[in-house]
Amino acid sequence: MMKSALVIHGWIPERGAMIHSRIHVTLRPSILDPQGKAVSHAIGTLGIAGVSTVRMGKYVEVTFEGNDVAAARAATEEICRKLLANPVMEDYRFEVENEG
Amino acid sequence: MKNATVRFGVVVFPGSNCDHDAYQVCKKILGQDAVFLWHKEHSLQAADVVILPGGFSYGDYLRCGAIARFSPVMQEVAAFAADGGLVIGICNGFQILVEAGLLPGVLLRNDSLRFVCRHVHLRVDNAFTPFTGEYAPGEVLTIPIAHGDGNYFVDERTLRELEANGQVVFRYCDATGAVTPEANPNGSLANVAGIVNAEGNVLGMMPHPERASDPLLGYTDGRRLFDSILDHVMSRVVPTSFAEGTFVQQK
Repeated sequence: MMKSALVIHGWIPERGAMIHSRIHVTLRPSILDPQGKAVSHAIGTLGIAGVSTVRMGKYVEVTFEGNDVAAARAATEEICRKLLANPVMEDYRFEVENEG
Repeated sequence: MKNATVRFGVVVFPGSNCDHDAYQVCKKILGQDAVFLWHKEHSLQAADVVILPGGFSYGDYLRCGAIARFSPVMQEVAAFAADGGLVIGICNGFQILVEAGLLPGVLLRNDSLRFVCRHVHLRVDNAFTPFTGEYAPGEVLTIPIAHGDGNYFVDERTLRELEANGQVVFRYCDATGAVTPEANPNGSLANVAGIVNAEGNVLGMMPHPERASDPLLGYTDGRRLFDSILDHVMSRVVPTSFAEGTFVQQK
């Protein structure tokens, strides 16, 4: 019933036109990471040896509508630069994936 | 020129929690005019001085102060600052000012990973700013801090510039005024507790002068910071060069 109703209204939902940006924001190497240090100590108390350093960061997923990968890439770059990462202390990298 | 009263604008973000403290100091202790400025406002309501108060604006999401800088009122604050208006950011307000690019550097997680809430000693390293005229150069103040992310960091070159320009206004010190690692509550680079921009009209500091202004609270060293602002705004006397006020520790 629903299906035919949609057709009557001339609206066919487009499926799958989405682009995912997977973004990693990490502390710059020159920045001390007390949080990472605390986690590193905790790993030691777990009884796991051989860990030299732990660095904490953020992982962000941004989903875009449509299938313009170049535009999504440019937008992701701007989002990272202006919002997600503070260039004084953080670096970022991302990959853009078209889920066609 | 003499203003009858000075109007303080206290910006309120969702999550601000020192806004009323700042408002009370301006209104009740200083006897001046004060208004709250909601973060969605596009006007500063003719404020002579803008205070960005402490708190946890936008829940400290993403980074402390990172979201607040995009609010409409911050566009007005940035324009006001560019025009020479006095802006003071306290605690979260300091974090917002660095995120907004109105002050250099960044405030990282405390090196202890602990939220630190206690009184600290501050040395006045520049008593020739619009915010510190009532203090003596090198004077030691007792002011409370309350933060988890107050670990000031900036690249080495910028730190040298800040120091050369007299932009480091307050440093954490011991009771004698000595700037030591032991007196540093959060790991801040060079014990920096407060800085001004190159023009000297924007101050950011982690300690809370508004919590040390009412005699009822036991400490009043913060009061003179607000008195200094009043002096400055009422007389419009601009220090010839605030770099002259730089306090250099005697070796």
